[in-house]
Amino acid sequence: MAQQAPISSPAGQSPDAAVHERDPRLVSDTLVSLGLFGLIARRLRGGELGPLPVIIGLVVICAVFQTLHERFLSPQNLSNLSVQIVAVGLMTTGVLMVLLLGEIDLSVGSVAGVSGAVLAVAAVNFALPEWVAILLGALTGLVIGVIHGTIFAKVGVPAFVVTLAGLIGWQGAQIYILGKDGTINLPYDGAIGYLTQTYFEPAMGWGFAVVAVAAFAVPSYFGERRRAAAGLPHKSVTELLVRTALLAVPVFGAVAVLNQFKGVPLAFLIFVGFVVAFDLMLRKTRYGRMVFAVGGSAEAARRAGINVDLVRISVFALASTLAALGGIMLASRGFAVSQSTAGGDELMMAIAAAVIGGTSLFGGRGNAYSALLGGLVLGAIASGLFLLQMDTSVRFMITAVVLLIAVILDALARRSRKTHARG
Amino acid sequence: MTTPVLELSGISKRFGAVQALSEVSLDVHQGEVVALLGDNGAGKSTLVKVIAGVNPADSGEIRWEGRTVQVQRPSDAQSLGIATIYQDLALCDNLDIVANLFLGNERIIAGVLDELEMERKARDLLDSLSVTMPSLRVPVASLSGGQRQIIAIARSLLGEPQVVMLDEPTAALGVEQTAQVLDLIERLRDQGLGVLLISHNMADVRAVADRAAVLRLGRNGGDFQVEDTSYEEIVAAITGASDNAATRRAGRVTVPGTEGA
Repeated sequence: MAQQAPISSPAGQSPDAAVHERDPRLVSDTLVSLGLFGLIARRLRGGELGPLPVIIGLVVICAVFQTLHERFLSPQNLSNLSVQIVAVGLMTTGVLMVLLLGEIDLSVGSVAGVSGAVLAVAAVNFALPEWVAILLGALTGLVIGVIHGTIFAKVGVPAFVVTLAGLIGWQGAQIYILGKDGTINLPYDGAIGYLTQTYFEPAMGWGFAVVAVAAFAVPSYFGERRRAAAGLPHKSVTELLVRTALLAVPVFGAVAVLNQFKGVPLAFLIFVGFVVAFDLMLRKTRYGRMVFAVGGSAEAARRAGINVDLVRISVFALASTLAALGGIMLASRGFAVSQSTAGGDELMMAIAAAVIGGTSLFGGRGNAYSALLGGLVLGAIASGLFLLQMDTSVRFMITAVVLLIAVILDALARRSRKTHARG
Repeated sequence: MTTPVLELSGISKRFGAVQALSEVSLDVHQGEVVALLGDNGAGKSTLVKVIAGVNPADSGEIRWEGRTVQVQRPSDAQSLGIATIYQDLALCDNLDIVANLFLGNERIIAGVLDELEMERKARDLLDSLSVTMPSLRVPVASLSGGQRQIIAIARSLLGEPQVVMLDEPTAALGVEQTAQVLDLIERLRDQGLGVLLISHNMADVRAVADRAAVLRLGRNGGDFQVEDTSYEEIVAAITGASDNAATRRAGRVTVPGTEGA
């Protein structure tokens, strides 16, 4: 409709600077105008903690374990750590999608187990090619997720109950599929084993680091230039440089450390790849926006024409598929699938990692990087206590304390956001 | 008279034991503000939800520009060109202003969200409504009631609708913001949109509406040209004083209304 044009592009809008002058009540919160510490202080007061608490926590944990055991920060231990966190980390990536909806998935451990069982039976008992077995394992997760999501979204059974049934039922299916022996050993030299045994040459590791940092810096730079050209608020070049440096230091540092042992592990790269892909999906795509919208207000999302049921089913499908990938990684690392594969603390650790990483249990808040950060925190605790020859009892108690701290921070941040009226 | 852009006839909707709407008719022309009036429980909100596709009618016919259409889902109504602003706004508190404005209608470039285009368009749109916001990137939870109302109305305009339905748009607003919203409604009409204004506020209705359609207990209770109709007649229709069955009550009910006027 031609006569409607004035609504979206008013006649007097042109270069009339006064129109675009910023509201005098507007607070400036760019890095440059406040300085780094000013920005952090404001964010803390406003309840927008971001990844800061978990990064501080990670540094503290590493410092403590390094003083208690000199080999904690050794390249070998850190390399092992980076592979150890992959299985639960993938499960966490799926769980946090469900948490963003404001729901919970209690079945990820059992789904990982049953998918591992399908993988082992397909690869060994049916002697299918290993990549086919991997595909079947992942497909198992996908189908299970669609079942969970459909019962939750279409029938209206609370997700807690659906996935509680899944927790019990799929573990039963795992034991049933594995049969009388209960354990199926996998070959060492196949696609499955290679998943966690492959390490990249140092040069390739550096290549990944360069690509990763460039993939952040270049689009950011041109994005901000476009914003500047459009007359929108934008970040300065200085701020972009600071942000790029803040990313480059850990990326290149990690590659440097990993290269001193065997190189960048394929499994860790797969995990980080999923985290980055999910982050981009959540922030940059229409689908991600829908997930946040459903998590924020399902009714508002529905009225905006979003197919809420489809979003819910797809999120549960993603969560279970990633759980299945976690199960495949567990099988790869253990060269076997048994009745107890993924039947231990994997579920609790996956949910705890998401929350520790900064994804809110209340829905609508969080990001994919919480899987990586939370996984690193829990992995560091497990690894450090292993070096100190402490047993599981201590690990569970320390993990519980860290989890409680994370949830308390989330609750405090939520309260602070309320008093600062930021949702 | 021209074909109405939106025309409903024989709309019925039942919730369990309650017949919320029975055989309701309504039409909206281009460039016209129609006020939908009725007491609490008269079926105004139910009718809005039928038109918006949120709760489809059990029976009845909806015609859009003269042809019969099916409105079974919110997206059906949106694709026809019907925009709805609900009383409870239906914004996502955790999303920022730009994200809320474009929710369900995001601009895409090369497969990803075109944040730049959306932010620029959001800014231009809000400028055209003479609205200043602290920042377009704050979560809407941090906005005042009036700001949230304006965001909700602005959102409906992005779809370039032909009919806009506003459910109690001024109920929670201050004097200045109410005037802004009424100005906005007049501007929409001048641009050729059909506006369906659900309101309790007779002052608002008299200020901007061309026609007043009254619902009473889920049925059509009258259709008035606002210019030629007195305040009392409309109130009588809303309260049911003009019902044939209740004519003997008319005197008793209209008298207090007249006193008040």
